[in-house]
Amino acid sequence: MDFSYTQEQKMLQESVQKFVQKSYDFDTRNKIMASERGYSEENWQLFAELGWLTVTFSEADGGLGGSAVDLILMMDEFGKAMLVEPFIPTTVLGGGLISALGSAQQKAEFIPQIMEGRLQLACAYAEPSSRYNPGSVATTAKVDGDSVTIDGIKIAVLNGSNANKLLVVARESGARTDREGISVFMVDADAPGVSIQAFTNIDGKMSAQVSFEAVEVTVAARLGVAGGAIGALETVIDRATVAVCAEATGALEAMLQKTVEYSKVRKQFGTPIGTFQALQHRMVDMFIECQMARSIIIRAAMKLDSGDDEIEKARVVSAAKSRLGKAIRKVSQEAIQIHGGIGMTAELDVGHLFKCVTALAMMFGNIDYHTARFAEL
Amino acid sequence: MNADFTAEELAFEGEVQEFLSSEFPSEYRNKADANIRLSKDELVNWQKILYRKGWAAPDWPQEYGGTGWSATQKYIFATEMGLIGAPEPVPFGMKMVAPVIMAYGSDEQKQRFLPDILESNVWWCQGYSEPNAGSDLASLKMSAVRDGDDYIVNGSKTWNTLGQYADWIFCLVRTDNSVKKQEGISFLLIDMHSAGVSLKPIYLLDGYPEVNEIFFDEVRVPAKNLIGEENKGWTYAKLLLTHERTNISGVPRGKRRLRALKRIASDTDDGFGSNMMGNSMFKNKLAEAEIELQALEYVELRTLAALSVGKAPGPESSILKIVGTELAQKMDELFVELAAYNCLPFLPEQFEDGFQGNSVGPGTAASSALVYFNNRKLSIFGGSNEIQRNIISKAVLGL
Repeated sequence: MDFSYTQEQKMLQESVQKFVQKSYDFDTRNKIMASERGYSEENWQLFAELGWLTVTFSEADGGLGGSAVDLILMMDEFGKAMLVEPFIPTTVLGGGLISALGSAQQKAEFIPQIMEGRLQLACAYAEPSSRYNPGSVATTAKVDGDSVTIDGIKIAVLNGSNANKLLVVARESGARTDREGISVFMVDADAPGVSIQAFTNIDGKMSAQVSFEAVEVTVAARLGVAGGAIGALETVIDRATVAVCAEATGALEAMLQKTVEYSKVRKQFGTPIGTFQALQHRMVDMFIECQMARSIIIRAAMKLDSGDDEIEKARVVSAAKSRLGKAIRKVSQEAIQIHGGIGMTAELDVGHLFKCVTALAMMFGNIDYHTARFAEL
Repeated sequence: MNADFTAEELAFEGEVQEFLSSEFPSEYRNKADANIRLSKDELVNWQKILYRKGWAAPDWPQEYGGTGWSATQKYIFATEMGLIGAPEPVPFGMKMVAPVIMAYGSDEQKQRFLPDILESNVWWCQGYSEPNAGSDLASLKMSAVRDGDDYIVNGSKTWNTLGQYADWIFCLVRTDNSVKKQEGISFLLIDMHSAGVSLKPIYLLDGYPEVNEIFFDEVRVPAKNLIGEENKGWTYAKLLLTHERTNISGVPRGKRRLRALKRIASDTDDGFGSNMMGNSMFKNKLAEAEIELQALEYVELRTLAALSVGKAPGPESSILKIVGTELAQKMDELFVELAAYNCLPFLPEQFEDGFQGNSVGPGTAASSALVYFNNRKLSIFGGSNEIQRNIISKAVLGL
């Protein structure tokens, strides 16, 4: 048994740590968020140069290997720094779908562009009525010969306003929650009939609501076989779920560390508040939650990299997200409470970490969704 | 033992209901339902409507224009107000400084300040906390030095809720550095329009500058604005803190929010072809919140019964603060759970008065995270819940 990172993984981790420490402090992040695109294209190009955009792709696709452990060690550092660049939408979701479903030709065309930082993607799967179930799809794709017409509304489309192409999950046949009949189409973001309402999410990342009105594509825009996308979609979303769990773990550890430090310097009643046992025990509980979170996310990543079957992999992912949800609630609420009023302000980073993990807690499913999924799988 | 209202009380309840349904402006009610903040003018207007009815100050003695209601009547009034979503009076004048002026102010101060508070002509804010004096309030440093007929005031106050609207501020200031920290504090009323007063908004996590830091630079304050005796301010402030903690349980508001949760749950798809009211995990959490609310309501009623036989609100009011705020925060979580992805967009402007753009998400969903963030304050302000636990530990359990 060995839980240590390989030499290559340590180098990847150091490379990410060096970047966030040098180029991603709180003020820099605020400036990036206020910029027009809401992320730094310069950073994105640097990520490409450093090879980070290849991490999630298999060697066959020209990537670093697609290991889940590699993914979580990067996301962990991203989470600590509250990185807003669209790593998950473009590489994990978008790249993941192309990799899982695309033809040899589609992969050869798009994956190199992603890895070189030349293509931004967004995955439009969630809908006003779908909640967290990727298999609930009301958006329709009507096929007529070579032509496909897409109609529907998508919400929570991360990176929707900056994507060159949208990966749209649409139904070719069946009722709204049927597992069969769901396809993925690659649609140009500027195609006629696509309207994108952009906004910043509570965690500072760009997102959008996208409506598709009689949007025309050809069948060549479909990834994979007609109506058979649900399995791949779930697998890709599961991988993204592990990614946000790791991101949240990093953010929670940052909150714990900041809270402990603050409790050592903030004096009330003539003594640092960290000397009060009532607060000490609560910070110990925060620490325990962080350890539980880190452990279950490592477990999930190792299982994803193993030869376990798909159902077992889905179960470990739901276990991780369910448990992370609990840890997020406990650690983030205590961090604000122990900071007191100052933790409520937009001026201090701890409040922004709080907002980040609140978003991550619901991303790809909250505690209840994943607890129920774990129980039922 | 019974918890029934008498025939008179029931008649009073009917009168309150009738008044509120005809006089609480429907546009305010719509805003409350839509989680849109009322403007200063709207809050003042509503308060003046109550004033014209003679109901502006239920807690005041009749001699100052209060209602003369029994504790039960006050409870009925607060309940009906909360159920309909009518805002309580802005507390800083009505509930905080006024009782102090009544108890310790001079006749001249009573004449000068109380009628304008009752009529909502003057907006007050609270000057207690300082950057280094929060839970340990008595360590405050803002100084007031006597100079002829004036005090010269220097220092700063923080977490001033809605200080941007305020005409006056009541402050705890240090007038003696040579004694025990509680014994060198005075209670001073300061005109916010005085030279040397400046204000810096503090933006909270929901994007709204609800609180401010207020700076005092060589501000001249007439000594006649001192309440009671110099260096007795801590005693006066303690009275105020007890008042701050009554009516803090928020049971009526909790009932209203529970109703909203049930309605929204029925309207929210679960993603599997049913709605969230059919989701047993969520339904159980709603039930837990409702049960907690029932217990809390009876804690409040028992406190009320003690008050109505003449006992002062004691340390038990800390229970109402702790449980009331923590339950409100639990409900915030439930709203966030229902809203799911619909509360991810950070769009505070969508819940500002007069928003004209395209709304994102159904109903109040997009405000759920904002409310969740903002209400983390509940367990921090008004004496943090840790301080409330200290009070019970010391004053009730004798530990």
